[in-house]
Amino acid sequence: MSLLEMKHIKKSFNGQEVLRDISLTVEKGEVLSIIGPSGSGKSTLLRCATGLETPDSGEIRYTGTFGLVFQNFNLFPHYSVIKNVTDAPIKVQKRRKDEVYQEARALLAKMGLSDKENAYPCQLSGGQQQRVSIARALAMNPDILFFDEPTSALDPELTGEILKVIKDLAAEHMTMVIVTHEMSFARNVSDHILFMDQGYVELEGTAEEVFASSNSRIRGFLGKFENI
Amino acid sequence: MAISVMLMKLLEGMGVSVMIFLVTLIFSLPLGLLVSFGRMSKNPVIRTIVKVYISVMRGTPLMLQLIAIYFGPYYGLGIPNSPGWKNTAVAIGFILNYAAYFAEIYRGGIESMSPGQYEAAKILGYSRAQTFFRIILPQVIKRILPAVTNETITLVKDTSLAFSIGVIDMFTVAKALSASQTSLLPLVFAGVFYYIFNFIVAFFMESIEKKLNYYH
Repeated sequence: MSLLEMKHIKKSFNGQEVLRDISLTVEKGEVLSIIGPSGSGKSTLLRCATGLETPDSGEIRYTGTFGLVFQNFNLFPHYSVIKNVTDAPIKVQKRRKDEVYQEARALLAKMGLSDKENAYPCQLSGGQQQRVSIARALAMNPDILFFDEPTSALDPELTGEILKVIKDLAAEHMTMVIVTHEMSFARNVSDHILFMDQGYVELEGTAEEVFASSNSRIRGFLGKFENI
Repeated sequence: MAISVMLMKLLEGMGVSVMIFLVTLIFSLPLGLLVSFGRMSKNPVIRTIVKVYISVMRGTPLMLQLIAIYFGPYYGLGIPNSPGWKNTAVAIGFILNYAAYFAEIYRGGIESMSPGQYEAAKILGYSRAQTFFRIILPQVIKRILPAVTNETITLVKDTSLAFSIGVIDMFTVAKALSASQTSLLPLVFAGVFYYIFNFIVAFFMESIEKKLNYYH
Protein backbone atom coordinates (compact mmCIF):
# COMPACT_ATOMS: atom_id res chain seq x y z
CA MET A 1 0.00 0.00 0.00
CA SER A 2 1.43 3.36 -0.90
CA LEU A 3 1.26 6.00 1.81
CA LEU A 4 2.46 8.86 -0.36
CA GLU A 5 2.39 9.50 -4.06
CA MET A 6 3.92 12.58 -5.64
CA LYS A 7 3.40 13.05 -9.37
CA HIS A 8 5.12 15.49 -11.71
CA ILE A 9 6.06 17.95 -8.99
CA LYS A 10 7.53 21.21 -10.26
CA LYS A 11 8.78 24.11 -8.20
CA SER A 12 10.64 27.30 -9.09
CA PHE A 13 12.00 30.08 -6.91
CA ASN A 14 12.33 33.46 -8.65
CA GLY A 15 12.34 31.82 -12.06
CA GLN A 16 14.92 29.23 -11.11
CA GLU A 17 13.64 25.68 -11.50
CA VAL A 18 14.50 23.72 -8.36
CA LEU A 19 12.24 20.73 -9.00
CA ARG A 20 11.62 19.72 -12.61
CA ASP A 21 9.02 16.99 -12.84
CA ILE A 22 9.62 14.76 -9.83
CA SER A 23 7.51 11.70 -9.10
CA LEU A 24 7.87 9.28 -6.26
CA THR A 25 5.95 6.72 -4.25
CA VAL A 26 6.45 5.73 -0.64
CA GLU A 27 5.19 2.27 0.33
CA LYS A 28 4.14 1.36 3.84
CA GLY A 29 7.05 0.10 5.92
CA GLU A 30 9.77 1.17 3.52
CA VAL A 31 12.72 3.45 4.03
CA LEU A 32 13.38 5.81 1.14
CA SER A 33 16.56 7.86 1.12
CA ILE A 34 16.99 10.89 -1.06
CA ILE A 35 20.61 11.66 -1.89
CA GLY A 36 22.34 14.03 -4.23
CA PRO A 37 24.61 17.05 -4.33
CA SER A 38 23.76 20.31 -2.54
CA GLY A 39 21.26 22.36 -4.51
CA SER A 40 19.84 19.34 -6.28
CA GLY A 41 16.38 20.02 -4.79
CA LYS A 42 16.27 17.31 -2.10
CA SER A 43 15.17 19.57 0.73
CA THR A 44 12.71 21.44 -1.48
CA LEU A 45 11.16 18.11 -2.44
CA LEU A 46 10.79 17.24 1.24
CA ARG A 47 9.32 20.68 1.98
CA CYS A 48 6.78 20.16 -0.82
CA ALA A 49 5.93 16.69 0.50
CA THR A 50 5.29 18.09 3.99
CA GLY A 51 3.33 21.13 2.90
CA LEU A 52 5.94 23.70 3.95
CA GLU A 53 6.18 24.69 0.27
CA THR A 54 3.44 24.55 -2.32
CA PRO A 55 4.51 23.02 -5.64
CA ASP A 56 3.85 25.10 -8.76
CA SER A 57 2.28 22.05 -10.37
CA GLY A 58 1.87 18.35 -9.79
CA GLU A 59 -0.12 16.13 -7.52
CA ILE A 60 0.44 14.93 -3.96
CA ARG A 61 -1.70 12.18 -2.51
CA TYR A 62 -1.45 11.04 1.09
CA THR A 63 -2.88 8.09 2.94
CA GLY A 64 -2.43 8.87 6.59
CA THR A 65 -0.40 11.39 8.56
CA PHE A 66 3.22 12.45 8.62
CA GLY A 67 5.85 13.96 10.87
CA LEU A 68 9.05 15.84 10.09
CA VAL A 69 12.42 15.96 11.79
CA PHE A 70 14.27 19.15 10.94
CA GLN A 71 17.95 19.65 10.32
CA ASN A 72 18.17 22.19 13.14
CA PHE A 73 15.61 20.49 15.42
CA ASN A 74 13.26 23.47 15.84
CA LEU A 75 12.34 22.42 19.35
CA PHE A 76 10.26 24.88 21.35
CA PRO A 77 12.88 26.45 23.65
CA HIS A 78 10.38 27.62 26.28
CA TYR A 79 9.00 24.10 26.78
CA SER A 80 10.68 21.34 28.77
CA VAL A 81 11.58 18.13 26.97
CA ILE A 82 8.41 16.35 28.11
CA LYS A 83 6.23 19.32 27.16
CA ASN A 84 7.81 19.49 23.71
CA VAL A 85 6.78 15.87 23.21
CA THR A 86 3.33 15.97 24.82
CA ASP A 87 1.95 19.41 23.93
CA ALA A 88 0.78 18.72 20.38
CA PRO A 89 -0.79 15.30 21.11
CA ILE A 90 -2.75 16.92 23.96
CA LYS A 91 -3.59 20.30 22.42
CA VAL A 92 -3.85 19.36 18.75
CA GLN A 93 -4.93 15.72 18.76
CA LYS A 94 -6.96 16.26 21.97
CA ARG A 95 -5.79 12.95 23.38
CA ARG A 96 -5.97 12.04 27.05
CA LYS A 97 -3.20 13.57 29.12
CA ASP A 98 -2.23 10.52 31.17
CA GLU A 99 -2.10 8.32 28.09
CA VAL A 100 0.01 10.89 26.18
CA TYR A 101 2.45 11.27 29.07
CA GLN A 102 2.83 7.51 29.40
CA GLU A 103 3.57 7.19 25.71
CA ALA A 104 5.94 10.17 25.75
CA ARG A 105 7.93 8.70 28.64
CA ALA A 106 8.24 5.41 26.77
CA LEU A 107 9.48 7.30 23.69
CA LEU A 108 12.00 9.28 25.72
CA ALA A 109 13.23 6.04 27.32
CA LYS A 110 13.68 4.59 23.84
CA MET A 111 15.70 7.66 22.89
CA GLY A 112 17.84 7.27 26.02
CA LEU A 113 16.50 10.52 27.48
CA SER A 114 14.54 9.32 30.50
CA ASP A 115 16.58 11.48 32.87
CA LYS A 116 16.07 14.59 30.70
CA GLU A 117 12.30 14.98 30.69
CA ASN A 118 12.37 18.12 32.81
CA ALA A 119 15.38 19.66 31.06
CA TYR A 120 15.05 22.51 28.56
CA PRO A 121 16.39 22.21 25.02
CA CYS A 122 19.17 24.75 25.72
CA GLN A 123 20.56 22.39 28.36
CA LEU A 124 20.96 19.51 25.90
CA SER A 125 23.61 18.57 23.34
CA GLY A 126 22.70 18.73 19.66
CA GLY A 127 22.35 14.96 19.51
CA GLN A 128 20.02 14.96 22.51
CA GLN A 129 17.96 17.79 21.02
CA GLN A 130 17.59 15.87 17.78
CA ARG A 131 16.47 12.78 19.70
CA VAL A 132 13.86 14.90 21.50
CA SER A 133 12.63 16.18 18.15
CA ILE A 134 12.35 12.61 16.87
CA ALA A 135 10.36 11.70 20.00
CA ARG A 136 8.18 14.79 19.44
CA ALA A 137 7.44 13.68 15.88
CA LEU A 138 6.77 10.07 16.91
CA ALA A 139 4.41 11.13 19.71
CA MET A 140 1.92 12.17 17.01
CA ASN A 141 1.89 8.56 15.76
CA PRO A 142 2.58 9.52 12.16
CA ASP A 143 2.29 7.02 9.32
CA ILE A 144 5.36 8.48 7.62
CA LEU A 145 8.32 10.20 9.23
CA PHE A 146 10.37 12.60 7.12
CA PHE A 147 13.94 13.52 8.01
CA ASP A 148 15.54 16.62 6.49
CA GLU A 149 19.30 16.07 6.83
CA PRO A 150 18.88 15.06 10.47
CA THR A 151 22.62 14.93 11.21
CA SER A 152 23.88 17.90 9.21
CA ALA A 153 23.90 20.24 12.22
CA LEU A 154 25.71 17.74 14.44
CA ASP A 155 29.33 16.92 15.25
CA PRO A 156 30.52 13.62 13.77
CA GLU A 157 30.48 11.90 17.14
CA LEU A 158 26.86 12.93 17.70
CA THR A 159 25.85 11.87 14.20
CA GLY A 160 26.22 8.19 15.10
CA GLU A 161 23.66 8.32 17.90
CA ILE A 162 21.01 9.79 15.60
CA LEU A 163 21.74 7.30 12.83
CA LYS A 164 21.37 4.48 15.34
CA VAL A 165 17.95 5.77 16.40
CA ILE A 166 16.83 5.88 12.76
CA LYS A 167 18.18 2.36 12.17
CA ASP A 168 16.21 1.10 15.17
CA LEU A 169 13.06 2.71 13.76
CA ALA A 170 13.73 1.05 10.40
CA ALA A 171 14.01 -2.30 12.15
CA GLU A 172 10.49 -1.65 13.53
CA HIS A 173 9.28 -1.02 9.95
CA MET A 174 8.57 2.67 10.49
CA THR A 175 7.92 4.25 7.09
CA MET A 176 10.59 6.89 6.58
CA VAL A 177 11.80 9.31 3.94
CA ILE A 178 15.30 10.55 4.68
CA VAL A 179 17.22 13.33 2.98
CA THR A 180 20.82 12.65 3.90
CA HIS A 181 24.48 13.10 3.07
CA GLU A 182 25.47 10.01 5.06
CA MET A 183 26.13 7.60 2.20
CA SER A 184 27.06 4.42 4.05
CA PHE A 185 24.09 4.97 6.33
CA ALA A 186 21.76 5.44 3.36
CA ARG A 187 23.14 2.29 1.80
CA ASN A 188 22.59 0.26 4.99
CA VAL A 189 19.18 1.49 6.05
CA SER A 190 17.29 2.17 2.81
CA ASP A 191 14.95 -0.04 0.85
CA HIS A 192 14.96 2.49 -1.94
CA ILE A 193 17.24 5.33 -2.89
CA LEU A 194 16.45 8.30 -5.05
CA PHE A 195 19.44 10.13 -6.49
CA MET A 196 18.62 13.71 -7.39
CA ASP A 197 20.64 16.05 -9.52
CA GLN A 198 19.70 19.53 -10.77
CA GLY A 199 16.04 19.13 -9.95
CA TYR A 200 15.62 15.75 -11.65
CA VAL A 201 15.50 12.22 -10.33
CA GLU A 202 18.64 11.00 -12.02
CA LEU A 203 18.44 7.46 -10.70
CA GLU A 204 16.09 5.44 -8.57
CA GLY A 205 16.27 1.88 -7.28
CA THR A 206 17.17 -0.37 -4.41
CA ALA A 207 20.25 0.52 -2.38
CA GLU A 208 22.27 -2.18 -4.15
CA GLU A 209 21.18 -1.02 -7.61
CA VAL A 210 21.97 2.63 -6.96
CA PHE A 211 25.33 2.05 -5.33
CA ALA A 212 26.36 -0.44 -8.04
CA SER A 213 25.11 1.73 -10.89
CA SER A 214 27.46 2.70 -13.66
CA ASN A 215 25.59 6.01 -14.24
CA SER A 216 28.36 8.60 -14.59
CA ARG A 217 26.56 11.26 -12.50
CA ILE A 218 26.12 9.05 -9.48
CA ARG A 219 29.61 7.60 -9.84
CA GLY A 220 30.97 11.12 -9.79
CA PHE A 221 28.83 12.00 -6.77
CA LEU A 222 29.66 8.87 -4.75
CA GLY A 223 33.33 9.25 -5.68
CA LYS A 224 33.40 12.34 -3.46
CA PHE A 225 32.69 10.18 -0.42
CA GLU A 226 35.78 8.19 0.53
CA ASN A 227 34.54 5.26 2.57
CA ILE A 228 31.86 3.88 0.26
CA MET B 1 2.89 74.52 55.83
CA ALA B 2 4.14 71.50 57.73
CA ILE B 3 6.16 69.04 55.72
CA SER B 4 3.75 66.24 56.68
CA VAL B 5 0.83 68.16 55.12
CA MET B 6 2.91 68.77 52.01
CA LEU B 7 3.73 65.06 51.76
CA MET B 8 0.08 64.11 52.20
CA LYS B 9 -0.97 66.39 49.35
CA LEU B 10 1.80 65.01 47.14
CA LEU B 11 0.79 61.44 47.94
CA GLU B 12 -2.78 62.25 46.91
CA GLY B 13 -1.42 63.50 43.60
CA MET B 14 0.69 60.38 43.38
CA GLY B 15 -2.50 58.29 43.52
CA VAL B 16 -3.64 60.01 40.33
CA SER B 17 -0.23 59.43 38.71
CA VAL B 18 -0.37 55.73 39.61
CA MET B 19 -3.88 55.51 38.16
CA ILE B 20 -2.75 57.03 34.86
CA PHE B 21 0.18 54.63 34.85
CA LEU B 22 -1.90 51.50 35.51
CA VAL B 23 -4.75 52.36 33.16
CA THR B 24 -2.26 53.11 30.39
CA LEU B 25 -0.38 49.84 30.83
CA ILE B 26 -3.47 47.65 31.18
CA PHE B 27 -4.98 48.94 27.94
CA SER B 28 -1.98 49.83 25.80
CA LEU B 29 -0.15 46.50 26.18
CA PRO B 30 -2.94 44.43 24.55
CA LEU B 31 -3.89 47.24 22.18
CA GLY B 32 -0.25 47.48 21.09
CA LEU B 33 -0.32 43.80 20.14
CA LEU B 34 -3.40 44.39 17.97
CA VAL B 35 -1.77 47.44 16.39
CA SER B 36 1.36 45.39 15.62
CA PHE B 37 -0.84 42.86 13.79
CA GLY B 38 -2.23 45.73 11.74
CA ARG B 39 1.27 47.01 11.06
CA MET B 40 2.29 43.53 9.78
CA SER B 41 -1.01 42.93 7.94
CA LYS B 42 -0.89 41.62 4.37
CA ASN B 43 -3.69 44.07 3.56
CA PRO B 44 -1.94 47.25 2.31
CA VAL B 45 -4.84 49.53 3.36
CA ILE B 46 -4.76 48.37 6.99
CA ARG B 47 -0.98 48.41 7.02
CA THR B 48 -0.80 51.97 5.69
CA ILE B 49 -3.43 53.31 8.11
CA VAL B 50 -1.61 51.75 11.06
CA LYS B 51 1.73 53.01 9.81
CA VAL B 52 0.40 56.57 9.65
CA TYR B 53 -1.11 56.24 13.14
CA ILE B 54 2.19 55.01 14.61
CA SER B 55 4.10 57.70 12.75
CA VAL B 56 1.87 60.51 14.12
CA MET B 57 1.91 59.12 17.67
CA ARG B 58 5.67 58.88 17.70
CA GLY B 59 6.31 62.00 15.67
CA THR B 60 4.40 64.56 17.76
CA PRO B 61 4.67 65.47 21.46
CA LEU B 62 2.41 63.54 23.83
CA MET B 63 1.53 66.87 25.48
CA LEU B 64 0.17 68.15 22.18
CA GLN B 65 -1.79 64.92 21.67
CA LEU B 66 -3.37 65.28 25.12
CA ILE B 67 -4.38 68.85 24.38
CA ALA B 68 -5.79 67.85 20.98
CA ILE B 69 -7.85 65.04 22.47
CA TYR B 70 -9.06 67.20 25.35
CA PHE B 71 -10.10 70.23 23.27
CA GLY B 72 -10.86 68.43 20.00
CA PRO B 73 -14.51 67.56 20.72
CA TYR B 74 -15.24 71.13 21.83
CA TYR B 75 -13.45 73.10 19.14
CA GLY B 76 -13.90 70.56 16.40
CA LEU B 77 -17.44 69.33 16.99
CA GLY B 78 -18.89 71.85 19.40
CA ILE B 79 -19.54 69.25 22.09
CA PRO B 80 -19.25 70.87 25.53
CA ASN B 81 -16.70 69.27 27.86
CA SER B 82 -18.25 67.34 30.73
CA PRO B 83 -16.47 67.51 34.12
CA GLY B 84 -15.06 63.97 33.89
CA TRP B 85 -13.81 64.40 30.31
CA LYS B 86 -10.36 65.53 31.50
CA ASN B 87 -9.56 62.14 33.01
CA THR B 88 -10.97 60.24 30.06
CA ALA B 89 -8.97 62.40 27.66
CA VAL B 90 -5.76 61.70 29.59
CA ALA B 91 -6.47 57.97 29.51
CA ILE B 92 -7.24 57.98 25.77
CA GLY B 93 -4.17 60.04 24.97
CA PHE B 94 -1.77 57.92 26.97
CA ILE B 95 -3.23 54.62 25.79
CA LEU B 96 -3.14 55.59 22.09
CA ASN B 97 0.39 56.96 22.40
CA TYR B 98 1.86 54.02 24.30
CA ALA B 99 0.07 51.43 22.15
CA ALA B 100 1.96 52.85 19.16
CA TYR B 101 5.32 52.40 20.89
CA PHE B 102 4.45 48.96 22.24
CA ALA B 103 3.26 47.89 18.77
CA GLU B 104 6.69 48.54 17.33
CA ILE B 105 8.31 46.64 20.19
CA TYR B 106 6.00 43.68 19.59
CA ARG B 107 6.70 43.81 15.87
CA GLY B 108 10.45 43.70 16.45
CA GLY B 109 10.03 40.67 18.72
CA ILE B 110 7.65 38.82 16.40
CA GLU B 111 9.77 39.42 13.32
CA SER B 112 12.89 38.18 15.13
CA MET B 113 11.40 34.70 15.61
CA SER B 114 12.91 32.03 13.41
CA PRO B 115 10.63 30.63 10.66
CA GLY B 116 11.56 27.17 11.99
CA GLN B 117 9.30 27.70 15.00
CA TYR B 118 6.29 28.35 12.75
CA GLU B 119 7.22 25.39 10.54
CA ALA B 120 7.57 22.99 13.47
CA ALA B 121 4.19 24.16 14.79
CA LYS B 122 2.59 23.77 11.37
CA ILE B 123 3.88 20.21 10.94
CA LEU B 124 2.56 19.32 14.41
CA GLY B 125 -0.85 20.60 13.40
CA TYR B 126 -1.17 23.64 15.68
CA SER B 127 -3.79 26.13 14.49
CA ARG B 128 -2.67 29.68 13.70
CA ALA B 129 -4.00 30.94 17.04
CA GLN B 130 -2.37 28.08 18.97
CA THR B 131 0.91 28.69 17.16
CA PHE B 132 0.86 32.35 18.09
CA PHE B 133 -0.29 32.11 21.69
CA ARG B 134 1.46 28.87 22.70
CA ILE B 135 4.68 28.97 20.70
CA ILE B 136 5.46 32.47 19.44
CA LEU B 137 4.10 34.99 21.98
CA PRO B 138 5.77 33.49 25.10
CA GLN B 139 9.14 33.67 23.37
CA VAL B 140 8.42 37.17 22.06
CA ILE B 141 7.58 38.41 25.57
CA LYS B 142 10.92 37.20 26.86
CA ARG B 143 12.77 38.90 24.02
CA ILE B 144 11.00 42.26 24.29
CA LEU B 145 11.00 42.55 28.07
CA PRO B 146 14.02 44.89 28.31
CA ALA B 147 12.45 47.23 25.73
CA VAL B 148 9.09 47.12 27.52
CA THR B 149 10.82 47.95 30.82
CA ASN B 150 12.38 50.99 29.19
CA GLU B 151 9.03 52.18 27.88
CA THR B 152 7.32 51.53 31.23
CA ILE B 153 9.89 53.63 33.07
CA THR B 154 9.38 56.43 30.57
CA LEU B 155 5.64 56.14 31.19
CA VAL B 156 6.10 56.79 34.93
CA LYS B 157 7.76 60.09 34.14
CA ASP B 158 5.37 60.91 31.29
CA THR B 159 2.40 60.78 33.67
CA SER B 160 3.49 64.28 34.71
CA LEU B 161 2.29 65.53 31.30
CA ALA B 162 -1.27 65.19 32.59
CA PHE B 163 -0.78 68.64 34.10
CA SER B 164 -1.03 70.11 30.59
CA ILE B 165 -4.82 69.66 30.60
CA GLY B 166 -5.25 70.33 34.28
CA VAL B 167 -5.45 66.83 35.70
CA ILE B 168 -4.20 67.04 39.25
CA ASP B 169 -1.43 64.44 39.29
CA MET B 170 1.60 64.57 41.58
CA PHE B 171 3.52 66.97 39.34
CA THR B 172 0.60 69.41 39.21
CA VAL B 173 0.39 69.32 43.03
CA ALA B 174 4.15 69.79 43.41
CA LYS B 175 4.15 72.81 41.10
CA ALA B 176 1.22 74.39 42.91
CA LEU B 177 2.76 73.80 46.33
CA SER B 178 6.10 75.11 45.15
CA ALA B 179 4.46 78.32 43.96
CA SER B 180 2.27 78.87 47.03
CA GLN B 181 5.04 78.04 49.54
CA THR B 182 7.76 79.73 47.46
CA SER B 183 9.89 76.66 48.10
CA LEU B 184 11.58 74.10 45.92
CA LEU B 185 11.02 71.41 48.54
CA PRO B 186 7.77 70.04 47.03
CA LEU B 187 9.52 69.55 43.67
CA VAL B 188 12.39 67.76 45.39
CA PHE B 189 9.92 65.47 47.14
CA ALA B 190 8.13 64.86 43.83
CA GLY B 191 11.45 63.89 42.26
CA VAL B 192 12.12 61.44 45.06
CA PHE B 193 8.63 59.94 44.68
CA TYR B 194 9.05 59.47 40.92
CA TYR B 195 12.38 57.83 41.56
CA ILE B 196 10.95 55.41 44.14
CA PHE B 197 8.05 54.64 41.81
CA ASN B 198 10.48 53.75 39.03
CA PHE B 199 12.70 51.83 41.38
CA ILE B 200 9.74 49.58 42.19
CA VAL B 201 8.81 49.27 38.50
CA ALA B 202 12.38 48.32 37.56
CA PHE B 203 12.57 45.81 40.41
CA PHE B 204 9.29 44.22 39.34
CA MET B 205 10.30 44.00 35.68
CA GLU B 206 13.67 42.56 36.58
CA SER B 207 12.04 39.84 38.63
CA ILE B 208 9.89 38.87 35.63
CA GLU B 209 13.03 38.79 33.49
CA LYS B 210 14.69 36.51 36.01
CA LYS B 211 11.66 34.24 36.05
CA LEU B 212 11.89 33.85 32.29
CA ASN B 213 15.59 33.08 32.48
CA TYR B 214 15.00 29.34 32.72
CA TYR B 215 15.64 29.02 28.96
CA HIS B 216 17.36 30.91 26.23
